[in-house]
Amino acid sequence: MLQIIYRARPIFTGIVLALARGEKLMKKMNNRDKVGLVAALVVAVIVILIMLVYGNNLQILNPKGTIASQQRDLLVFAALLSLVVVLPVFFMTGFIAYKYRASNKKARYTPEWDNSNKLEAIWWGVPILLITILSVVTYKTSHSLDPFRPIENAKNETKTIQVVALQYKWLFIYPDENIATVNYLNIPEDTPVKFEITSDAPMNSFWVPQLGGQIYAMSGMSTELNLMAEEPGTYEGYSANISGAGFSDMNFQVISTNRADYETWVNGIKHVPKSLDLDSYNELARPGTSDRENYSSVDGDLYANVVGKYMSNKGESPHKSHEGTERY
Amino acid sequence: MGFLTLFAHHRGFDPILFGGQAMMVVSGILVVAALTYFKKWKWLWKEWLTTLDHKKIGIMYIVVSIIMLLRGFADALMMRAQQAMASGDTKGILDAEHFQQVFTAHGTMMIFFVAMGLMFGLINLVLPQMLGARDVAFPFLNSTSLWLFVAGAGLMNLSLLVGGEFAATGWLAYPPLSELQYSPGPGVDYWIWSVQIAGIGSLLSGVNFFTTILKMRAPGMTLMKMPMFAWSVLGSMILILFAFPILTATLAMLSLDRTIGMHFFTSDFGGNPMMYINLIWAWGHPEVYILVLPAFGIFSEVVATFSGKRLFGYKSMVGAIMAITFLSYVVWLHHFFTMGAGGNVNAFFGIMTMIIAVPTGVKVFNWLFTMYRGRVRFTSPMWWFLSFVFTFTIGGVTGVMLAVPAIDFQVHNSLFLVAHFHNMIIGGVVFGYFAGLTYWFPKIFGFKLNERLGKYAVACWVGGFALAFIPLYILGIMGATRRLDHYDASMGWQQLFIVAGVGVLVIGLGVLFQILQLAVSIRDRNKNRDTTGDPWNARTLEWATSSPPPHYNFAEIPEVTDRDAFWDMKQNKSQKAKKPDFKSFYMPNNSSGGMFIGLFAGLAGFAVIWHIAWLIAVGVAGVIGTIILRATNENTEYKMTKQMIEQERGSKL
Repeated sequence: MLQIIYRARPIFTGIVLALARGEKLMKKMNNRDKVGLVAALVVAVIVILIMLVYGNNLQILNPKGTIASQQRDLLVFAALLSLVVVLPVFFMTGFIAYKYRASNKKARYTPEWDNSNKLEAIWWGVPILLITILSVVTYKTSHSLDPFRPIENAKNETKTIQVVALQYKWLFIYPDENIATVNYLNIPEDTPVKFEITSDAPMNSFWVPQLGGQIYAMSGMSTELNLMAEEPGTYEGYSANISGAGFSDMNFQVISTNRADYETWVNGIKHVPKSLDLDSYNELARPGTSDRENYSSVDGDLYANVVGKYMSNKGESPHKSHEGTERY
Repeated sequence: MGFLTLFAHHRGFDPILFGGQAMMVVSGILVVAALTYFKKWKWLWKEWLTTLDHKKIGIMYIVVSIIMLLRGFADALMMRAQQAMASGDTKGILDAEHFQQVFTAHGTMMIFFVAMGLMFGLINLVLPQMLGARDVAFPFLNSTSLWLFVAGAGLMNLSLLVGGEFAATGWLAYPPLSELQYSPGPGVDYWIWSVQIAGIGSLLSGVNFFTTILKMRAPGMTLMKMPMFAWSVLGSMILILFAFPILTATLAMLSLDRTIGMHFFTSDFGGNPMMYINLIWAWGHPEVYILVLPAFGIFSEVVATFSGKRLFGYKSMVGAIMAITFLSYVVWLHHFFTMGAGGNVNAFFGIMTMIIAVPTGVKVFNWLFTMYRGRVRFTSPMWWFLSFVFTFTIGGVTGVMLAVPAIDFQVHNSLFLVAHFHNMIIGGVVFGYFAGLTYWFPKIFGFKLNERLGKYAVACWVGGFALAFIPLYILGIMGATRRLDHYDASMGWQQLFIVAGVGVLVIGLGVLFQILQLAVSIRDRNKNRDTTGDPWNARTLEWATSSPPPHYNFAEIPEVTDRDAFWDMKQNKSQKAKKPDFKSFYMPNNSSGGMFIGLFAGLAGFAVIWHIAWLIAVGVAGVIGTIILRATNENTEYKMTKQMIEQERGSKL
């Protein structure tokens, strides 16, 4: 090990020498050139990053649902509001550091000056004002964009879909249609969807960025998330919380279609051979990843039972149900 | 579980794991061999292991932290390599579980054994001198804290060797994933006990420094004449006193769940994982401020010194620190808005979080106006400061964005969040500590660090930081969640992950420059000797002693009349001539007690992890026995007389 480092010493000397040469060049340059050089570097990095991002989906900034659009607007608003403080700070840092450099003997030097109530009032006052504005917005949006809050004023009636996070796949149950899918789901566009979410596994987080923010999936509890897709398309969904070795594969897709296509799809699912009863659920719930699955019918109490089994204290651990113990 | 399986590993042979094990064993053997060859065992025992001198304890904290920093950085390299490669069918260099252990270890190590260690190290190095004190309030307790910290770090390293696994749960080990049902191996237990033991050490340190600041200040140093670093440490220690007991209790409950089958945090039998998440963040959020407040204090000293000007807005800075101290207790829920607590609860915690931005912003403005109409010298600590202003401000903006619950729902647990907290921890905490290490290095070791290499290091750290974390912000916006060991190629994430990988390599270059800086500075130490004790023309009392200071810091305790006590002394030379009468004083004897408490605590932790009942008994009895022995020892101090000091100095007082 030491031998390798010792052998590699020309590399280190090379780097240091190159930097030292660069330093000498920098010293020869005047200030305007230096600023130009730094600006050129920054621009180059930005250009490279834009090139890398171009053509890819900036999901949060490219919303396709009513909730996600409002969240995007809020994000942009908060970022712009912060600029009111950030830009002056950046400018002042550069300006003050440059003007009051030790070598500039012309600049005023007041070593004992350490207080000014007027100045203090500005930098306590302005941030307080900005935070007050943002607080009002925060209070309002915490209620209007609360995941549990039903989406109002939509063209269509709200549809309920039940979600169960399993190790390492997502089960979606359609109580109205009495069908179920794994790792993908179809929803009709312009229809509010109320997701009821639980987990039969460690905590996960149900997240479809282009439709709206996430909420945790926790065992023994049922959380809610109300989303609505505004146009047809396929949107990526993720589990945003680590839940074990296969967690990176816990992706799913949300396919938004028009009403007619949705009905066709439901009818198609109703004709697949598999149905989801207790046995096939326990089979599915075993740890492991899964492909897409469809079930033409579902045990009607399944979701309630998955939530409920963690609440009972009958002296047997619920994960035994993975081994096929009768639980329901 | 329940038996020791040395080197056993359920995933079979793993070259990366084996490499780590081999490196640990080989470096251990090398150290032991070197100590034996150079006959340094006695020196090590007398001068270091049993010392109660706060400066040496500080150095030991920093040495351990830097070793852990290199390990944590190696983890970062592996993570970046994995994510740069693992697109589509390529699975990268690590399997899922190993990758998860690596990021868990990275987070745990960086927070508990690097940031905390560097913080206590720096406080130990200079706080007593700054207050005009000869030592901390409780020197023995100080040594105990250090050895509990070392025991925690030791257990963490041991997890690699014995059992071969660490927790794969993320650095805060949320249940139910961290419960026996989903994590049956010893990894989570290693996590619990290394953090638990080090955490108790931190709590004791909190008591120690809190008392030191309140009771050990030099005559004339009222609270409002304390250096800003002391104020920031006071805030940080108050946070420790209230926050760390929560951590201790929470980890104890999780351990009871795992070890004897209780159900505090299990999903079933009435356990409540949400309670754990609340408790761990009721500690975890103050923890962030525990780390960053001392960094603020360091910058306050650095900026005032290198601007040749009094710190601007002292009272306002004190108010800001205390406001942050209080507010950081009422924001913990912002770490899990996505649990769905409802509009009012989320709004309350969101708004409280944003309010913290106000005092924090005020501090930045006050630093800038300390430079304003000053004579700013651009030494490497100032380079760290200026870089900090930019990175920290960006982190502040993204922090305020995350504080709005409705925005948080979109970016929570994405790489946007990861980029944000690295912005605060690297750009705030780490830059601050590096500034402090460079600034106080000559005080402790008697020579300055090489400035040119130091500046190269800053440049690499800042450039590398931008390259490594701007892509993560963008990736978060693109929907990339944290902790992915692989992802679908169609996401288009790979190029940005590669840029981030390049960034971490540039940071690595910065680390190399820091190592080189240390080596070159030691080589050139005679050229860069500090003979005055005041190499930077500084303002506070620690610079009133020689570099390095004598073990008792001050033969005569200075009298303080001004906030910038040492600056005041330099300005009014007449006052310095008026020496108080010398009075002999007491210094603590060396003691190996702290080391044995650490050793036995480590043994007890190890025994709980592996369910070895008799060893638990030995460990606990050892800790209690050592404490009793120490408490009944009446020969713990010795008297320093005028003659002894003159003899040590070789000159008249």
